[in-house]
Amino acid sequence: MSHLDLFLETMHSTLHDVIPIAVVLLGFQLLVLRQKVAHPWRVFRGFVYVLLGLTLFLMGLQAAIFPLGEVMATQLTNPAFLYGELYQEGVTVLETIRWQDYTWVYVFAFAIGLATTLAEPSLIAVGMKAQQVSGGAISAWGLRLAVSLGVAVGVSLGCLRIVTGTDLWLYIIAAYIFVIIQTMRAPKMIIPLAYDSGGVTTSTVTVPLLAALGLGLAATIPGRSALIDGFGLIAFASVFPIMSVMAYAQMSRWMEKRRAEKETMKENDNAL
Amino acid sequence: MKGLIKALRPLFEAGRDLAPIVLVILFFQELVLKQPIPNMGDILVGMGLVLSGLALFVRGLEIGLFPLGESMAFAFAKKGNVAWLLLFAFLLGFGTTVAEPALIAVAGKAAEIASQGGVIDATQAAMDEYADGLRMTVALSVGAAIVLGVLRILKGWPLHFCIIGGYFIVVIMTYFAPPEIIGIAYDSGGVTTSTITVPLVTALGVGLASSIRGRNPMLDGFGLIAFASLLPMIFVMVYGIFTV
Repeated sequence: MSHLDLFLETMHSTLHDVIPIAVVLLGFQLLVLRQKVAHPWRVFRGFVYVLLGLTLFLMGLQAAIFPLGEVMATQLTNPAFLYGELYQEGVTVLETIRWQDYTWVYVFAFAIGLATTLAEPSLIAVGMKAQQVSGGAISAWGLRLAVSLGVAVGVSLGCLRIVTGTDLWLYIIAAYIFVIIQTMRAPKMIIPLAYDSGGVTTSTVTVPLLAALGLGLAATIPGRSALIDGFGLIAFASVFPIMSVMAYAQMSRWMEKRRAEKETMKENDNAL
Repeated sequence: MKGLIKALRPLFEAGRDLAPIVLVILFFQELVLKQPIPNMGDILVGMGLVLSGLALFVRGLEIGLFPLGESMAFAFAKKGNVAWLLLFAFLLGFGTTVAEPALIAVAGKAAEIASQGGVIDATQAAMDEYADGLRMTVALSVGAAIVLGVLRILKGWPLHFCIIGGYFIVVIMTYFAPPEIIGIAYDSGGVTTSTITVPLVTALGVGLASSIRGRNPMLDGFGLIAFASLLPMIFVMVYGIFTV
């Protein structure tokens, strides 16, 4: 019974969320564009699917993704796991937190960032588009790897920040300054793509997992508060791909230049 | 047979979204932590719900929302009435963001944390109000962001000036915003743009850029998402100043 109640309650609030977009699209279609909706039955079925799917997804999120993120955070920061031998001698909390002790947290964050972004479908499409436009200077795979590495480094740096408790804005502002400097030097056509890749990378499943991981870390690491330190991982995951994509474009342009220089030198040698 | 494959494809894609997470977690559980996961049964059921929910959701978007939204985005981009176009852009950004699953989840979590931290009352009503306020703020900001982005495409302003200008505003706002809101504000930039918003907004941008002479779809069509990840940060910090 309680499952059914939960389902109906989630469905009810989901209905509120889906109605605005349905009203916007149908209203404009009928009143402003004055066109009939093509395949009205299909569209209606689509909305029912969206409603049902969103309801199930949100219920599953509460039951699986949030707990998983929290469990990983608690187990990776568990004193018994962290201090091993020391723990058996009775040490449970060290006076000062040493960031080196949390190496597995950073490794886990890196792995999650890399794996989820490499598998992100929207990124595959963006990569192919970029390859087309750049005339092959940027390869689809190279771009995907650049974005994934950006997210991976970003998320694990974000975990380091939670462990050390440094202010979030310091990191973000430093990242912004770096982005601005890169913007001035990177090839022009990559810039819009790089800025967009920051927002595109974080998928619907990854975002809640990262939120739960960050909040779990902040709650279990002594001296950190979930309220102040818990959020921010998603911000890291959005800023770092901007840098890595521009860096990748800069690198591939530099390598091309060098190859061209080498070839002209060879030609000069041959001419001599 | 073909219909079956079509119906199962979203399920496969949802599985692909979930598989890397499951694999990484399994790897760490088996080789590094060597500890059991509590409530394994519940988590498996939840995974099944996430998988089927995401598949249904994406399928629904594909047959209902996307064809409708994309054809309308193109129609408005070609029609040339700027006022209607801007209104449509705003409502598209607003409507898609309100229904964005990741935002619903993270806003709820933020309300939970805020009530535990004593920023708001620890009642369900106060939490719902905070979460809804947060989501409305983000949705408004995405609406405004799409309007700005469309204006940029129409006027041909260079993207990087707009974004760098936005960064400065973010930095200035950070100084005035209460520390409890900064984390969630910075995060909201990445949260807003996922399943629903990106395809529809990209369709609008590319449609616009390809229907205006002298605009390059690559240079001008992209960049809407960049606005949609920047403005929420600023708006949520303003929200924080007024509520906390």
